[in-house]
Formats: sequence, C-alpha cells, structure tokens
Amino acid sequence: MTSDAVIAARDLGLTFQTNDGPVHALKDVNLQIARGDFVSFIGPSGCGKTTFLRVVAGLEEPTAGQITVNGMSPDEARRARAYGYVFQAAGLFPWRTIAGNVKLPLEIMGFTRAEQEKRVKKVLQLVDLEGFERKFPWQLSGGMQQRASIARALAFDADILLMDEPFGALDEIVRDHLNEQLLKLWARTGKTIAFVTHSIPEAVYLSTKIVVMSPRPGRIHDVIESPLPRERPLDIRDTPEFLEVAHRVREGLRAGHAYEG
Amino acid sequence: MSWLLFAMLFWVVALWVNIRLANSSLSETRAVKLAVPVIFGVTVLVVWEGVVRGLEVPPVILPPPSAIAVKFATSLPILWEDFVQTFIKGTLTGYILGCGSAVAVAIAIDRSDFLQRGLLPVGNFIAALPIIGTAPIMVMWFGFDWQSKAAVVVAMVFFPMLVNTVQGLAASEAMQRDLMKTYSASYWQTLLKLRLPAAMPFIFNGLKISTTLALIGAIVAEFFGSPIRGMGFRISTEVGRLALDMVWAEIAVAAIAGSVFYGAVALIEKGVTFWHPSQRG
Repeated sequence: MTSDAVIAARDLGLTFQTNDGPVHALKDVNLQIARGDFVSFIGPSGCGKTTFLRVVAGLEEPTAGQITVNGMSPDEARRARAYGYVFQAAGLFPWRTIAGNVKLPLEIMGFTRAEQEKRVKKVLQLVDLEGFERKFPWQLSGGMQQRASIARALAFDADILLMDEPFGALDEIVRDHLNEQLLKLWARTGKTIAFVTHSIPEAVYLSTKIVVMSPRPGRIHDVIESPLPRERPLDIRDTPEFLEVAHRVREGLRAGHAYEG
Repeated sequence: MSWLLFAMLFWVVALWVNIRLANSSLSETRAVKLAVPVIFGVTVLVVWEGVVRGLEVPPVILPPPSAIAVKFATSLPILWEDFVQTFIKGTLTGYILGCGSAVAVAIAIDRSDFLQRGLLPVGNFIAALPIIGTAPIMVMWFGFDWQSKAAVVVAMVFFPMLVNTVQGLAASEAMQRDLMKTYSASYWQTLLKLRLPAAMPFIFNGLKISTTLALIGAIVAEFFGSPIRGMGFRISTEVGRLALDMVWAEIAVAAIAGSVFYGAVALIEKGVTFWHPSQRG
C-alpha cells in the first residue's frame, strides 16, 4: 500500500446471507484511490458499486479482506468525519429549510453557532444556492435539492466525498450542468471523490480513474486511468480521446457481462 | 300549522339563497365561504324549532332549540362548573397523562424488541376492555372525584396514541437513517432530529382521535359515581327528572368543547407538520 492512498482495499469481499443462499456482493476487490482522485464506479445493477461505497462509509461490514480509509478502519474514519456521503435521492428533511438541512451535520458534530452560519453560507455559495437559505426543500426543483444535499455533505469539510448516483434521477440537461459544477467544485476544493454512476459519458467526463465492475459476484473488471486533462469543458466529450476512453469503458462493460451464464 | 309553514318557507328560501351564493361570482370570497355554512346551520335550527312547535312534540322527546338556549343561558354557572369538572379536570388531565405516557412508552418500545413484543399486546388488551366495565373499577380505585375520570381517559387514549407513535417512529426512510449514521449521530440525536419530526403526522393523528375519545370517556365515566357536578353526572340525573332541556344544554356544551378541542389540536398540527404533503395545500 502506498502512503498517499486515501482509500485502499485488499481482497475485499462481502457476502450477504439471504433466504435464497449467499449473495456475493463483492469478491476479491483490490483498489487504491489516491488523494485528489476523482474515481467513478460503473457497471450494471448488482455489480456491487453501491455496496463498495457503503463499505467505505462503514454502512456495511465486509466479510473478507481489508479496507482502510485515511489509514483507519471505515468505522474509525466515519467517527473522525473523514467523508461526506451523497445519496441517490437528496433526502433533505422537509421540516428544515435549505440552510437548516445544511446545518444538520454541523449541529450533530457540535460546531458553534457562528461557525455553523459561516459554513452554511460558504457551501451554499459553492453549489450556487445563495438566496435559497430560507426555502423548504419541497419548494425547490430536483436538481436544486440534489445540490443542497451536496452542500450538506461538504459542510463539515471532509476530505473525501462519496457520491452514490447523485444525478441518476435528474434529466440530462440538469445532469450536464451539475457535472460541470461538480468538476469546478472538485478543482476548487481538491477533495477525493468516489462517484457511482450508470452513465458512461458521465463517468468518462468526470473521472481521473474509472473502475469498471461486473456482477455476480461483484468484482472489478478493469481500472482505466483517464488520459484527459483535469481542466474539462463540456465539449471535451466530442474529442477523439474522450471517445476512446468511452469505448474502452463500453468494451469493459460488455466483456464483464459475458461472464454471466 | 303556521309554524310548520314558516319552517318550510324558511327552508326553501335559505336553500335558494345558498344555491345562488355558491354559484355566484363571489363564491370564493371569505364572506360567502363563511355565510353558506352559517345559513345552513341557522336553517337546521329554524326548521327544528318550527317542526317541534308545529307538531307540538312533547319537550321530553325533543325540546325546541329556543328552550334549550334559554335553559343554557339561565344555567351558565352550573354548566361552567360541570365543564370545569369534566373537561378541564377530567378530560384534559387524562388526555395529557395518557398521550404523554403513550409517546414515552412508544419510544421505549421502539428501542427494545423485548418491550415491543411484551407491551404492544398489553396495550391492545387494555384498549379492548369495555369502558362500562373499567369505569366503575377506576371509581373504586381512584375515588368519586375527577381523578377516576382522568384514569378512564388515560385508558381510552393510551392505545391509539401508542400505535400511532410506534408507527410514526418507523416512518423515517432508511436513507435518512443512513445519512444520520454517516454523521456518527447518537441514538438521541437521531431520535430528536430525524425520527420524532418524521413521526409528527402520525402522532397528531393519534392526538386528534384521542380528543373525542377523551371527552366521551370522561362523560361516560361519571355515570358510575361522581360528586354532584360534572357533565355526565348532570346528564344522568336530569334525564331521571325528565328535564331534557338541561340534557340538551349539556350536550351543546360537550359538542362545543369537543369541537374546539379538536380544532385546537388540528391548528397546532398545521403549525408543526406544515411540511407534510397533506398540510402544504
């Protein structure tokens, strides 16, 4: 293991015991994520990409192998507030305003009131939601709600951002816009981001490293280091380099599927 | 005969006015929205009055509303005394104790599977006890005064409140609970910041159902022993004296108190659960 690995998994496995027998959600996963990486996990349903993220977050216990987050166990890392987690749905609390929702982790972690106000202001600016502090989530569009949930994950300034298909439920135009914003945010904050997606263009556009996974058992099929520069305008998606990476991802997904049967 | 004719005529005119109002361009204004139900209510009273007088119905069967109103107005001190005894002391005390303890027990039940399996059936059992049977026992245990009525109310409101709260505590989404876990939130933080707020629509359902249950319980419990005041006591003794106008006056007090009680709880609910889809409107 290299010292700059923020997330390091070795022979990681997770088997769920169900009534229909054991399900191998993850098997022999070996992966290193370096500081400042933007890593996408892509693969069909059941390939374990979300499960891997949940293991990193300490929401699931692995049944085999080892994983460290910032050199600690996932549980310790969670208690050390090492990461912010963005779920598939925004999951904002409808009884709290947008500012109140962003404040939620800060209240739980015991920040002072002044510090809370300061941070809420800062992260809402970061996701372009100034002026919406006093609105309630149900008064906002889906895209704005998801941006608020990203602000909430950023509020306590963890080094790692775990994102589980955060834009999966949004339409393509909104998604493009949020992808662009996310890249800017990543460039500005230098965070390490692990990002689960179903979309090949999204994965290629965003990532420095693309992890292609295959199902039954869930494992890593290919890890692609992206040759694209870190600075990425939206029209980079029409360049040959982009298409080549996308092609390789698609090949990987197809080959991963061929194992089935 | 003229009373009957007057009643019918009033009814037809009021009906016509209401139809015109409801279909007019003013039907969305606040004044008309208030006027239509008021006209309806007044019509019911006028028809009642006219029919009772016109057909000379004996007051024991049905007194005219004017007689009830006169009785109401001349018996205000007694009605107030009964109201304080039955509603303020018996109903409200029992309601607060019963609902409060049900929420506390629901939180305990929710936390422990052992209690869930042990206490829910007991709650169910208590709810199945007939009030006719428990009320005299409560009077034996807690005396003739309002304390025994409060005890009956507690027994009546406890179970609906318990079931609603237990269900409400399960209402938060798995994702929201995962979110709290990623913050390493403690049990109490999760309870106070997520699960109790999410349970509020359920809790208020229980609170609203309990308002009417509580009042009924307190009134009926007085049939089984009471000091010489209280709405239930008055109803049972005045029936014995065939003073039905007094019975109706007490019924009016109970109806007003019950409606205001329910309305107050519904108003608080509107403030607390403003975020819920059913309240946003």
